[in-house]
Amino acid sequence: MDAGHTAGSSRIVLDATDVSRAVTRIAHEIVERNKGIADVVLLGIPSRGLPLAQRIAAQLEKIDGGTVPCGSLDITMYRDDLRMRPARALESTAIPSRGVDGATVVLVDDVLYSGRTIRAALDAVSDFGRPRSIQLAVLVDRGHRELPIRPDYVGKNLPTSLDEKVAVRLTEIDGHDDVAILGGAE
Amino acid sequence: MRHLLSTGDLDAKEAILVLDTAAELAALTDRSVKKLPTLRGRTVVNLFFEDSTRTRISFEIAAKRLSADVINFAAKGSSVSKGESLKDTALTLEAMGADAVVIRHPASGAPHRLAHAGWIQGSVVNAGDGTHEHPTQALLDAFTLRHRLRQGVGDLDGLRVTIVGDVLHSRVARSNVLLLSTLGADVTVVAPPTLLPTGVETWPCAVTYDIDEVLPTSDAIMMLRVQAERMQAAYFPSAREYSRRYGLDSERMSKLPQDAIVMHPGPMNRGMEISADVADHGRSVMVDQVANGVSVRMAVLYLMLGGSMEGAA
Amino acid sequence: MSDLVLRGVRPLGAEPVDVIIVGDRILDVVAAGTASATRVIDTDGLIALPGLVDLHTHLREPGREDAETVATGSHAAALGGYTAVFAMANTDPVADTAGVVEQVWRLGRETALVDVHPVGAVTVGLAGVQLAELGAMASSAAQVRVFSDDGKCVWDASLMRRALEYVKAFDGVIAQHAQEPRLTEGAQMNESALSGVLGLTGWPAVAEESIIARDVLLAHHVGSRLHVCHVSTAGSVDIIRWAKARGIDVTAEVTPHHLLLTEELVRSYDPVFKVNPPLRRAEDVEALREGLADGTIDIVATDHAPHAHEDKDCEWGAASFGMLGLQTALSVVIETMLTTGRLDWAGVADRMSIAPARIGRATRHGQSISPGSVANLVLVDPTQTWIVQETQLASKSRNTPYAGMKLPGRVVHVVKDGRPTVVEARVVLDGAVAGSRS
Repeated sequence: MDAGHTAGSSRIVLDATDVSRAVTRIAHEIVERNKGIADVVLLGIPSRGLPLAQRIAAQLEKIDGGTVPCGSLDITMYRDDLRMRPARALESTAIPSRGVDGATVVLVDDVLYSGRTIRAALDAVSDFGRPRSIQLAVLVDRGHRELPIRPDYVGKNLPTSLDEKVAVRLTEIDGHDDVAILGGAE
Repeated sequence: MRHLLSTGDLDAKEAILVLDTAAELAALTDRSVKKLPTLRGRTVVNLFFEDSTRTRISFEIAAKRLSADVINFAAKGSSVSKGESLKDTALTLEAMGADAVVIRHPASGAPHRLAHAGWIQGSVVNAGDGTHEHPTQALLDAFTLRHRLRQGVGDLDGLRVTIVGDVLHSRVARSNVLLLSTLGADVTVVAPPTLLPTGVETWPCAVTYDIDEVLPTSDAIMMLRVQAERMQAAYFPSAREYSRRYGLDSERMSKLPQDAIVMHPGPMNRGMEISADVADHGRSVMVDQVANGVSVRMAVLYLMLGGSMEGAA
Repeated sequence: MSDLVLRGVRPLGAEPVDVIIVGDRILDVVAAGTASATRVIDTDGLIALPGLVDLHTHLREPGREDAETVATGSHAAALGGYTAVFAMANTDPVADTAGVVEQVWRLGRETALVDVHPVGAVTVGLAGVQLAELGAMASSAAQVRVFSDDGKCVWDASLMRRALEYVKAFDGVIAQHAQEPRLTEGAQMNESALSGVLGLTGWPAVAEESIIARDVLLAHHVGSRLHVCHVSTAGSVDIIRWAKARGIDVTAEVTPHHLLLTEELVRSYDPVFKVNPPLRRAEDVEALREGLADGTIDIVATDHAPHAHEDKDCEWGAASFGMLGLQTALSVVIETMLTTGRLDWAGVADRMSIAPARIGRATRHGQSISPGSVANLVLVDPTQTWIVQETQLASKSRNTPYAGMKLPGRVVHVVKDGRPTVVEARVVLDGAVAGSRS
C-alpha cells in the first residue's frame, strides 16, 4: 500500500460511499463463491488490510448471521526485499483460535500491486497450517504485477502508471474513508 | 543496531522496539512450525569462552528459529595458549563468513575489542563480558517485568525495582540498572558496602545497605547470585552472615507487596542469596525469564541481521 | 680548525650563539656566525638543551628482544633527544648481578648512540625477599647507582629499610615503584566511577600514596635519599611536597603520558592505554603539572615500555601494561608544560636533563652549555609539529598512545660526546667508539 504524498496532483477515485459499497459487495461475493461462510477465516494484512478484514467480517455476519473468525497476519518476516533496508518493526500477527487447517482462508489487503506482499502472505499462512484453499480480497487492484498472483475479490480496478501512488485512507487509521491517486508525471 | 555491547547504547525508543519485537516473536513457540525464514543464509557464531549451557542454547534456539545457520565455538578460558587467543579465533570466524558473533568472555571489554579492533566485519552481540555487562539478560528481565506488571505494553515508568546482591561483580546488575532506568523504572540497589562498585552513587539508581527497608516498596525484586568464595577476599565474613543480612527467605518475601514478583538471572545459590522455598515459590518468575530469553534474543538477532546490515559490505 | 661548530643555536632559548666543540668537550661559546670548523651544522636559531637523560626506560634486552633491543631502544632515545638512558632491571634474566648489568652496559657502548646506564634490581629476581648484590653492581663496569625493582614494589617495609640504608655506602639511590600489592590484586585501571562502569578491577590511588608515605618516613629515619618512580596521583604529589618541606631527601619523576592523558581513554577498552600506574583523572593530571612546575616533582622520566604486537592486540584483561615514550617525550612536555607557560626552556632543561643526570649520578650529562662542559646536546625546533605514526617510530614496538596525534617540537640534531648522533632528525652512526663512561 502506498501512503506517501508526492508533489503534483491528487485526485479522489473512491469516496466514503464507494468504499462502503465495495466492502459490502466483496462480502456478498465471498458468500456466493464459497456457498456460505462455513470454514471461512479472514486474515487482514496490517496495517490497512486489518480494518478492512474486520469490516468484511461484520458484513458477513449481517448477511449470513454466523460469526466469521478474523485475525491479522503480519508478513514482514517473509518479505523478499528485507535485505534492502534496515530491519523493520513488526506488526501484529493474531491467528484466530480455530487455526487455518482445512479452512478457506481469505487474505485481505488494501492495495494489490506487484503481488510480492501476497506471495509473502502465502508463505506465512503455510507456516501456520494447511488451509483447504486460500483466496484474496483487495479493495484496489492497481495493476503492474511482478508475480503470477491474481485476486479473487476486487473492490475497484484502478489502472495506474508506475510514477503514481495509491493512497487508501480508512477511518480506523486515518479518520476518514477514501482512495486517492497521488502524483504522476511532473 | 550494528552491535549490542551495552544496554547504555539503547535509548528508550530502541529498547521498546526490542521488547515489542520480542512480544510478537514470542508467539512462535505456540505454532506447529516454529520457524521464520528471515535470517536464512545468515551465519551466527556462538563464541563462548565461559561455560554457559543455558545462555548458549537460548541464542542457538533463537538463531535457528529465524532460519540462520549456527556455529557453536566453545573455547577455553582466558588462561589459554597463544594459539587460541581471541584475535586468532576472530580471524578464523571472519574467514568462515560469520554475519554475527555472540560472545561471552571473562574479560570485560572483550566484545568491545571484537567489534572495533578490525578483526571481523560482522555484528557483535555481548552475551556477558567479565563483570561489565550482559545486555540480553537485562532485556529479557525488562520484558518479563513488562509482561507481568505492565500488561506487556509500553515502558516501565514508575515501576519500583530492587536489585540485591554482589553488584560489584555483576554484569547483570550493570546492564539492568542502565536499561531499567532508561525505561523509566525507579531502581534501588542493595548490598553490603564491600559489594558496591566505586562511584555507584553516580549510577541512575538509589543505593541502600538495608534490604528490609525497601521490601515493602518493591514491585519487583531481583536477586543476584553471590558466590560464597567472595568471603575469602573478605567481602563479607561468612555465608551465614550474608544470607542473614541480605538473603531473601520466606519471612522477607512476606514483606513484599501482594503482587510483587521475584526474579533471578540464574544459576541460583539456594541458601545463600535466596532460600530454597522462595526459589520454588509460584511468585518467582525465573522460568518465565528463561522462556522470554529466546524471544528477546530472536528480536535482537532480527533487528541486527534481518535487514540491510549497517556498515556491512 | 676545531672539530664541530653548531652555528646560531639558542642555549635554553637565549640569544643565538656559535658553540665550538673539540673532541668531546665544548671549547668555547662565541657570538653567532663567527666560528668555523671542519664540520659545521648551521641551525636557524634552534633551541639548544643539554642532552636529555631518561632515568626510567625499559630496553627489554636480555629476554624480550622481540619487543625492543638495546640497539633499537637507543635509536628511539637518540631521536627523542636523549644522550643517556637508565635501563630498568626487569629483564630476563633480571639485572640483579654484576654479570647482567655489565652485559647491558656493553650493548649500549656497542650501539654508541646513548650512554646506557643499567639500573640494578633491589631484590634477587625482583621477588622482594632477598637483597641483590647491590655493591657488586655498583663496583662493576656498569657503575650502577640507581636500584629499582620497577615493575614490582619493594613492599616489605623491613627490606625497604635495609635497602635504603645499604646503598648509602656507594652513593646509590633506591627508586621505588610504589604499588601496595594487596590493594591492587588483578587491577586493570584507575579505581574510580569509570572503573565501576566499565567492569574493570580498580587500582586505587591510596595503593601508591600509602607506599610513598611509608618510604619518605623510612628515608628520613635512616638518612637516605629516595627516588619515587612514575608519580601518578594528586595525593602522591601532596605527600612528596610535605616530605620535601621537612627536608627529606626525596626525588620524584612523572611520565609524559601522566602529564597529558586521562582514564577517559580506557572507555575504548583499547589496550594501548593500559599502563602501570594507570591513567588517572583530570585532577591528577593538573596536580602533576603543577608539581613538575614548582619542583615538587623533579624530573620527567618516560617509563618507555615496548610490547610486542600480540601483547597489545587483544582484550584488555590479557594485555600487557606499558606505553612507548622515548621519541615523544620532549614533544609532550612542550605541549603540556612549555606551551602552557608552566616551564620555560631552562625549566625543561632542568627537568629532562640536569636533574635526572644529578639523581642518577650521570656526571657527563646535564652540564651547562659553556666552555669545558662535555658536549652532550640536543637541538630542538619548537615551531615544527609532527604527526605520530606508530609504524614510523624507531622502536621495535608500536604501542604509542599518541598514534595519529599532532605534537609540537621536533628534535633536529643531537650531539653526544662531541659527535653528532642525530642530524636532520635522522640517526647517524659514524662507527667511532663512544666516549668514556660517566
